[in-house]
Amino acid sequence: MNIPFTQHTLDNGLRVIIHEDRRLPMVAVNLWYHVGSKNEHPGRTGFAHLFEHLMFEGSQHYDKGYFHPLQEAGAALNGSTNPDRTNYWEVVPTNALDLALWMESDRMGYLLPALTSQKFETQREVVLNERRQNYENRPYGLATSAIVAALFPSNHPYHWMTIGQSEDLHSASFEDVREFFRTYYHPSNASLVVAGDIETGDALDRVRAHFEEIPSGPKPAPLQTSAAVTAEKRLLLEDRIELPRLYLTWLSPAMFTDGDAEMDLLSDLFANGKVSRLYRTLVYERRIASEVMAFQNSRELSGFWQLLATAAPGHTLEELEDAIDAELAKLAAEGPTEDEMQRGRAQVEAQFVFRLQTLGGFGGKADQLNAYSVFLNDPSYFEKDLARYEAVTAADLHHAARKYLRRENRVALSVVPRGKTSLALPNSTSAVVS
Amino acid sequence: MTRADRTRLPAVGPLPPFRFSHVDKDRLSNGLSLWSAEHRTLPVVTFMLVLPAGSSADFEGYEGLAAMTADMMDEGTGNLTAIDVNAAFARIGTHLDADVSADATVFTVTALAKFASQALSLLADCVIRPRLDVADFDRIRELRLTRLVQIRDMPSAIADRAIMQVIYGTHPYAHMALGTEESLRQLSIDTVRQFHAGLYCPSNATLVASGDLSPREFREMASDTFGLWSDGDGRIPEDAAISPPPSAPVHPLVLVHKPGAAQSEIRIGEVGLARNTPDYHPLIVLNMILGGQFVSRINMKLRQEKGLTYGARTAFDFRRGRGPFILQTSVQSDGTAEAIRTSLLEIHAIRTDRPPTTDEVEIAKAALTRGYPRNFETAEQIARAMAQLVLYGLADDYFDTFASNVCDVTVDMARQVAMLHLDPERLATAIVSDSSIVTPQLEAAGLGDATPLLPRL
Repeated sequence: MNIPFTQHTLDNGLRVIIHEDRRLPMVAVNLWYHVGSKNEHPGRTGFAHLFEHLMFEGSQHYDKGYFHPLQEAGAALNGSTNPDRTNYWEVVPTNALDLALWMESDRMGYLLPALTSQKFETQREVVLNERRQNYENRPYGLATSAIVAALFPSNHPYHWMTIGQSEDLHSASFEDVREFFRTYYHPSNASLVVAGDIETGDALDRVRAHFEEIPSGPKPAPLQTSAAVTAEKRLLLEDRIELPRLYLTWLSPAMFTDGDAEMDLLSDLFANGKVSRLYRTLVYERRIASEVMAFQNSRELSGFWQLLATAAPGHTLEELEDAIDAELAKLAAEGPTEDEMQRGRAQVEAQFVFRLQTLGGFGGKADQLNAYSVFLNDPSYFEKDLARYEAVTAADLHHAARKYLRRENRVALSVVPRGKTSLALPNSTSAVVS
Repeated sequence: MTRADRTRLPAVGPLPPFRFSHVDKDRLSNGLSLWSAEHRTLPVVTFMLVLPAGSSADFEGYEGLAAMTADMMDEGTGNLTAIDVNAAFARIGTHLDADVSADATVFTVTALAKFASQALSLLADCVIRPRLDVADFDRIRELRLTRLVQIRDMPSAIADRAIMQVIYGTHPYAHMALGTEESLRQLSIDTVRQFHAGLYCPSNATLVASGDLSPREFREMASDTFGLWSDGDGRIPEDAAISPPPSAPVHPLVLVHKPGAAQSEIRIGEVGLARNTPDYHPLIVLNMILGGQFVSRINMKLRQEKGLTYGARTAFDFRRGRGPFILQTSVQSDGTAEAIRTSLLEIHAIRTDRPPTTDEVEIAKAALTRGYPRNFETAEQIARAMAQLVLYGLADDYFDTFASNVCDVTVDMARQVAMLHLDPERLATAIVSDSSIVTPQLEAAGLGDATPLLPRL
């Protein structure tokens, strides 16, 4: 099981990966820039994402909104920013491949002449509204902000959320756009995947015709960071909610490093789905929680493993904490069962095959090739990725649970209804969010 | 190739040819319809059991019954408890997904081809022989009541409920599949058993398969797993949803007060059309122009010109009965009245002084048709497409003729359906926001007094 491809590096440093898949008459174009909110600075958070918005507002040779010609050609398109990278993609009918390449290359090579402070001001307002809609006005929406601020020290680039602080977005300056573009948006800091109904040689020719002319730039230096939580932090956050929720979060291995697959598998085993340990005890048997969930947030510089449980009406976060701690202790003492290992392996195999069904868009094959290309410099990693999950043993999971999920290393955040701070776990102090 | 010409955008070629998978139809002797589409690109199979009734078939006063019944299907079968059933699905790397919409109840399982017969067998056990224990019922109802408590904190979910309630009054489409606290408390395990016996029977159902499986293999598998299913007390459910909806909203403008809300959730809507309307294709073209895509009039105005929102869109929700037309957006609170006025103006304008232009119609048609094949990539997408054919009685060649039907839409047709089917007099507006910020704006803008509303939850 793999994703066959050929790889080329243009003279200007742009990595190009081509994958043929002739099932349907369409092509996925997927472009990653190795820049995200981790490249921002305190006081200027949210800028990488705000910049992503500007990439849709026109470039020198097509100084109008990017959606118009692409949607007219039948394309689906979008972009996204996370702490580690920014991606842009189009899924186009085969005959609109040139259009997608033209537009991606024009904004890579010729964005600045088309930028105006008016575009900047409008998109600043749009992003502030995105923040209100998806974080401030959403129940529990600012919990992650409070957690990452406690988990990572203030000089660590994961200390803030990608959407940024509200006041930082207000003080973002149009002057900073130019430098940000020159530092991060050039061929040697990017990776391009073209996948789908194409012939490799022809597709590469088309890529060359559009991207070879763009001048190279210096590759940004990798960031050096460290983070550690050495004593449990207990925080509380008031929100417009009725049911209190507990978040327990630990620092965990970075993406693709030793222990990352283990923590990913542990999240399912422990808290996802009706068979998981926490669902069984907290929701099914004792009915003290209405929902439980866990996930390994794999990132380039460090991961974090997060567990959440929402109290059932009439039950307290203290009850949840006690029950979760008892399950964690049991996991640390005994490790996983053979049945849990079998389920984990079956889920992994199925998920890897299911992922091969989708060509483009977020999480499609083109996006996966770029993840492997940008983070590992190895687009052939799909098979190795599956192999590292298949290699995990019960002993590995047991070891990972004992190593990473210690009480003294966690951040415990209680989200409680406004004015009801007494519903938080004992000894919690107010979290700072804005 | 030579260097790209940057003086103009590259031309785009003609519409790519597209054929939907061949649909093979069969029937078991118990009446169960079998529909399948074989495609062998990856070792994946999706099964879908489609039942032709959903939340609009909830017994009156028992809103939430269809969804509650569906939710009980993986809560134990035969000797297996809820945990056992879910473990059995997990061991083959999958789970059972239940979806209850206004028109339908649909169960989906996607699995690796090597586990196809096990997956289908589990699906059959769940829906044919659920335990329907009272203890499981109590637990699931409690979880759904808790879900309602959480929804009270979600401005977008409240807005969705408010607009449907205002548009549909007492019509079955007025309530959401989850039901309300009051109606969930009316339910008992006996009502669930009764609903299950009535709807869940082979002559009502269609079993859909797509992926790495031949029609013959599918028939054998279906016969082994669903062959002994019998109709019993089954009956074709009465279709309450085709009863006529109200001709006017209960109130034209309602406000759900959320103290301290960070934004205003806005819905503007009216009763729209049924899936079988002959104006279907002109209406989807019209909707693209008005609010159905990023470059639509309303999104460009509210987001790209004014920066009031992260996005705004409109949609016709075509159902077996007349489903809603709804505009939805979430805007900064101090721009609430401006966003509503602008939206109403755009709806008014598209049927009067600024009707769809030739350019707009051509762009909308291209956007709808050129990228159409990407809707049929995965086994699940193909199965879902077949379920649409089943539920709405669409022709077998529906997906093959979609593009040409859209291409046949003319500017006059788009203008005509705007005049005919968008009625500004019947539009209702629902806002979820902080009343102290919004009410003065509404008055100043001459939008009138908003009726305070507490949506049924």
